[in-house]
Amino acid sequence: MKPSLFEGRLFFGQIMKKELLNKKDIDRAVSRIAHEIIEKNKSLEDACLIGIQSGGIHLARRIAAKIKDVEGVELQIGSLDISFYRDDVGIRKQQPVVKSSDITCEVSGMKIILVDDVLFTGRSIRAAMDAIMDLGRPAIIQLVVLIDRGHRELPIRADYVGKNIPTSLNEKVDVCLAEDSIEDGVFITQIDQGAI
Amino acid sequence: MSNKIVIRDCRIVDVSQDIDSSGDIIIENNKVLDLVVHKPGLKPDYADFEVVEASGFMAMPGFIDIHTHLREPGFEHKETIATGTLAAIKGGFTSVCPMPNTNPVNDNPTVTTFIIKRAMKRGSCNVYPIGAITKGQNGEELAEMGMMLEAGCVAFSDDGKPVMNALVMKRALEYSKVFGVPLISHCEDMSLTAMGVMNEGYLATLLGLEGIPRSSEELIVSRDIMLAGYAGARLHIAHVSTRGSVDIIRRAKASGVQVTAETCPHYFTITEDAVKGYNTDAKVNPPLRCAEDIEAIKEGLRDGTIDVIATDHAPHHADEKVLEFDRAPSGISGLETALSLSLRLVDEGVLTYSDLCKKISYEPSKIFGIGKGTLKKGACADITIIDTKKEFIVSKSKLLSKGKNTPFEGMNLMGMPVAVVVKGKYINVLEL
Amino acid sequence: MKDLVSIKDINREQIELILSTAASFKVVLQRDIKKVPALRGKTVVNLFFEPSTRTKTSFELAEKRLSTDVLNFSVPTSSVVKGETLLDTVRTIESYGVDYIVIRHSSSGVPHFISKNTHASVVNAGDGTNEHPTQALLDAFSILDKKETLEGLKIAIVGDVCHSRVAKSNIYLFSNFASEVRLVGPPTLVPEFKGYNVQYFNKIEDGIQGADVVMMLRIQSERMTKGFFPSTLEYASLWGLNSARLKLAKKDAIVMHPGPMNRGVEITSEVADSDQSIILEQVTNGLAVRMAVIYLLGRDNEQ
Ligand SMILES: [Zn+2]
Repeated sequence: MKPSLFEGRLFFGQIMKKELLNKKDIDRAVSRIAHEIIEKNKSLEDACLIGIQSGGIHLARRIAAKIKDVEGVELQIGSLDISFYRDDVGIRKQQPVVKSSDITCEVSGMKIILVDDVLFTGRSIRAAMDAIMDLGRPAIIQLVVLIDRGHRELPIRADYVGKNIPTSLNEKVDVCLAEDSIEDGVFITQIDQGAI
Repeated sequence: MSNKIVIRDCRIVDVSQDIDSSGDIIIENNKVLDLVVHKPGLKPDYADFEVVEASGFMAMPGFIDIHTHLREPGFEHKETIATGTLAAIKGGFTSVCPMPNTNPVNDNPTVTTFIIKRAMKRGSCNVYPIGAITKGQNGEELAEMGMMLEAGCVAFSDDGKPVMNALVMKRALEYSKVFGVPLISHCEDMSLTAMGVMNEGYLATLLGLEGIPRSSEELIVSRDIMLAGYAGARLHIAHVSTRGSVDIIRRAKASGVQVTAETCPHYFTITEDAVKGYNTDAKVNPPLRCAEDIEAIKEGLRDGTIDVIATDHAPHHADEKVLEFDRAPSGISGLETALSLSLRLVDEGVLTYSDLCKKISYEPSKIFGIGKGTLKKGACADITIIDTKKEFIVSKSKLLSKGKNTPFEGMNLMGMPVAVVVKGKYINVLEL
Repeated sequence: MKDLVSIKDINREQIELILSTAASFKVVLQRDIKKVPALRGKTVVNLFFEPSTRTKTSFELAEKRLSTDVLNFSVPTSSVVKGETLLDTVRTIESYGVDYIVIRHSSSGVPHFISKNTHASVVNAGDGTNEHPTQALLDAFSILDKKETLEGLKIAIVGDVCHSRVAKSNIYLFSNFASEVRLVGPPTLVPEFKGYNVQYFNKIEDGIQGADVVMMLRIQSERMTKGFFPSTLEYASLWGLNSARLKLAKKDAIVMHPGPMNRGVEITSEVADSDQSIILEQVTNGLAVRMAVIYLLGRDNEQ
């Protein structure tokens, strides 16, 4: 394997970066998740894939494309920004950048399939569910994540998981997708606490 | 200290005798006994005298501030005669002339007498009150100028506001000729000032504050000069703040009108920019103007158009200045920074030390007929001793005045009074 | 950003952030449930020293839709003169542990004063004749709803610029986008803005010629008695916006007014109610913009 640009020790901030999933792995995971969704839901007529800004949106599109390939059903897709529903107002230092939510379908009575890249504490998903509830009363909400890295702080679990990756709290998981990165890949970075 | 004092080995600057050389000042019985200008080899013996070693310091005839607000009676929370005169000697002033806008107004001999008696009892320096031109400063009926003069007033003014009615001002000027004392005009056309709170112009627009145009001052400067010229009376223009006023006064002097003028340190030191951030300590009337006005005022001081540097010391209680900008009262607490700010003019070459002596001691005395401003033999021993090299940072907390309202907070200044002699009494002001 | 006291304090990037966030809130306002829990547990005080039903209603609704707890503190200015000082009022309010203070005051500079004396985030809801930043932001937002960009847009601001905090904040805001700002009105009501690139017109016909946006300002009859202009009748005839004059502007020009309008004085009903008028949309947009402003404030200093 060619050494990645990010591999090894970097002199600045003492960061270690390692690739966990490559493009092929991600493709496989997306494909499997698509199949599981088809299998689990009797009908997909009244289902809507909603990607959580920003990591979940490209994944939602990929899954929808796969489902169309396999089943011939064109799922509705939406995007959801959860900034207004977060519970860390006043804790975060950074100015939040609010992205747009774009959900054109009627939420009430629908099967809402939330899509996110990484499942961590579960707080984003809690916020996303609250946001969905304010749009209407869905029949059911399911959850897709590409990576489940553990460390849940809320009783939340995913219905479809690309890959479970045990991590420690001083690690960071980044999902890069070709849509807005150089290429597909999932990376784990060691954060040297002392250097921060 | 004893009654026989020698201020030894200082640089004596006395414009009344055209002296600027080092020597000793000998004081006896509260009067200047002699000045001994040093000659090589001569070492006088001052056996019976208390000797103040003043090497490296400068001595001038005591400073006289002809525009002070001591606030007593009536506004003792802002300042009292005791605190105001203490601030005065701290600033090197051995005499002050308090304006009559007290409560009650100093528009009758009873109030004048009160002020003088209070000053004798609690004051730290000489106090020469200024009486009101009109009763209650209402600009309608003339106040009892003659009786107030007898009680101790030295001039008249409705300062704080102008005498807006031109006829009243004309009569007042005519009447004042009986006594030969000047009327001091606070020049402001109230109809032009209206709700104004700072200099009119772009900055006022940017801050959303109502402006006071320069013409508000210049109109009344012109008017009163015309009236004084016509009446053949003496006029003194208070706190000149604009280039236009300087020009008008210069022309009036050239044409023979008996007009004199003063400006204040803030008008030759800082511009309207000091108001930025809605700094109420920089709210003053007339308002701070622009760089071009500062230049014109300096030129006026240099060429003699402006005769006097006065403080317009206008103390206010801190609570009164911590207000909405348009509600805060106008005024700067100026006694304790005036000398240092004026010394900057010497540094810049605008004035010589002799000129400074003239503007801050000799002319004030001459205009008001106080008989001071000199170190001639037999003169009352009022002396200000200055360390021209001493550097310090202006700090509100160090002001002795009750009014901490200075826009110069944090400013680095050089030169301060170290001691004064008031009527023969030596006071080390650094220990105050 | 801790406070929004003046448009002069924020740059183009921050203005754009506020406007894009407002766009997200506008979507929220179109839902059935128009409220988000974004600022749950936070407290806002609306400190209004000057009566204003419109601005206060807009702020209050915006605050409620952000799930804040809202406290209204209305003080007629006269009673403040007799009673406690502004500083005491601010300290008292701060003791309640408020997170945001929305301030409206008839004296210019009061929001600056308060911001120096409180840890809460301060939003200027109009100070004297100085500024009204949220109005300028909602005006920009409303223009961008109709026009692609503010860049190079010809914007005529007509009327009492001198006493209009709305006009001033707008002039400062548009200067970030190189818009072509034209100030129209009698010289008694139009001051000079030396540091800003604006043009001056005495005649409304010249000023709105080819304009993309015509922004009318409210004329107060109080100015008439103080001699800024002779009568509302003369004002209407020389500087009022009517259909004939509006034809001089671009065909797709939009008409704006911060409200409340004096129909028949600075603007005819015909124009105010025309398709070109976006006056009511300004009100709707005001809500989204104020939500965005409050939502975004106070982040920098927080731990
Ligand atoms: Zn005055």
